[in-house]
Amino acid sequence: MTEELDLPGQDSDAGSEEVVLTPAELIDRLEQAWMNEKFAPELLENKSEIVECVMEQLQHMEENLRRAKKGDLKVSIHQMEMERIRFVLSSYLRCRLMKIEKFFPHVLEKEKTRREGEPSSLSPEEFAFAREYMANTETYLKNVALKHMPPNLQKVDLLRAVPKPDLDSYVFLRVKERQENILVEPETDEQRDYVIDLEEGSQHLIRYKTIAPLVASGAVQLI
Amino acid sequence: MFCERAMELVRELHRAAEGRLPAFNEDGLRQVLEEMKALYEQNQSDVYDRLLRIRALRWECGSVLPSALRFHMSAEEMEWFNHYKKSLATYMRSLGGHEGLDITQDMKPPKNLYIEVRCLKDYGEFEVDDGTSVLLKKNSQHFLPRGKCEQLIRQGILEHVLS
Repeated sequence: MTEELDLPGQDSDAGSEEVVLTPAELIDRLEQAWMNEKFAPELLENKSEIVECVMEQLQHMEENLRRAKKGDLKVSIHQMEMERIRFVLSSYLRCRLMKIEKFFPHVLEKEKTRREGEPSSLSPEEFAFAREYMANTETYLKNVALKHMPPNLQKVDLLRAVPKPDLDSYVFLRVKERQENILVEPETDEQRDYVIDLEEGSQHLIRYKTIAPLVASGAVQLI
Repeated sequence: MFCERAMELVRELHRAAEGRLPAFNEDGLRQVLEEMKALYEQNQSDVYDRLLRIRALRWECGSVLPSALRFHMSAEEMEWFNHYKKSLATYMRSLGGHEGLDITQDMKPPKNLYIEVRCLKDYGEFEVDDGTSVLLKKNSQHFLPRGKCEQLIRQGILEHVLS
């Protein structure tokens, strides 16, 4: 399997420049996206290009397996690899869906107020799912709880009732690209803001809010 | 005790002689409304909690709920569940370019390709690979592809025999 895959590059201002990845590099990217999503408290930017390419990859592998001779040892190894990739992909998508459901009013609000040109956290399909989940849950709450209550208690403000992701939670990370002058806000009012440098290869335990943009840019990897 | 305050207000009104109107008990009324609000919010959170459990059932049991569970659900909850699983199915079908991906499978990281399983209940014919099938009878043991067994293990039909 030496085919290479085209993937749009990460520079959103340069338009979509094609980046060519080997299958191994693609799976690396998938695993990185998977770990970031697992450990980040909020829903991260959607990576549907990676999802699509990985699914194509799985399709190819399945076709190759079907053509292969039965009993060939390579078959079990490829099957195991396919199961592993399918697990990582499914886990990644499940993780995203769970966050969408958990924070649904905030996720939709963020999408509504997104500026033109800013990347979306949701893929079009996830957006449709989120909208349906909201409509379904609102209808249910209205039918069950509110119908029987006096008018002064009838409004349900989901934005207030459903908690937001806790961006102050701590995460472990490994630095991929050296960063200088990262501003760290201390937890208590008595301490002052201070500045740190992040050396390449170093690992840190830090508040997610401080390094959120670095996760998005790929400068750090959550572990 | 809940509703004590509300009962007290009602009793006050009844105790007043015919035609007399006792002073408007603003404080009492406020307390009752606060209690109602607290009860309402607790009820809402219980109701929402049930919804989250029902959602979890889709992921644990599959799209067909066992009848015992369905008995315990209200009509509105059933409606929510049906909409939820339809929405989920639409989303999963949209993944990739072809038939989509069932992400309710592959819930655990794969360890072995094949696993030893014991059948806990009579199930009948079960298709495995390329057309071959096995007869799942109670207490029979089989060596089957892990991916195919996951759902049945979760449903309690098969049991993973760990050597």
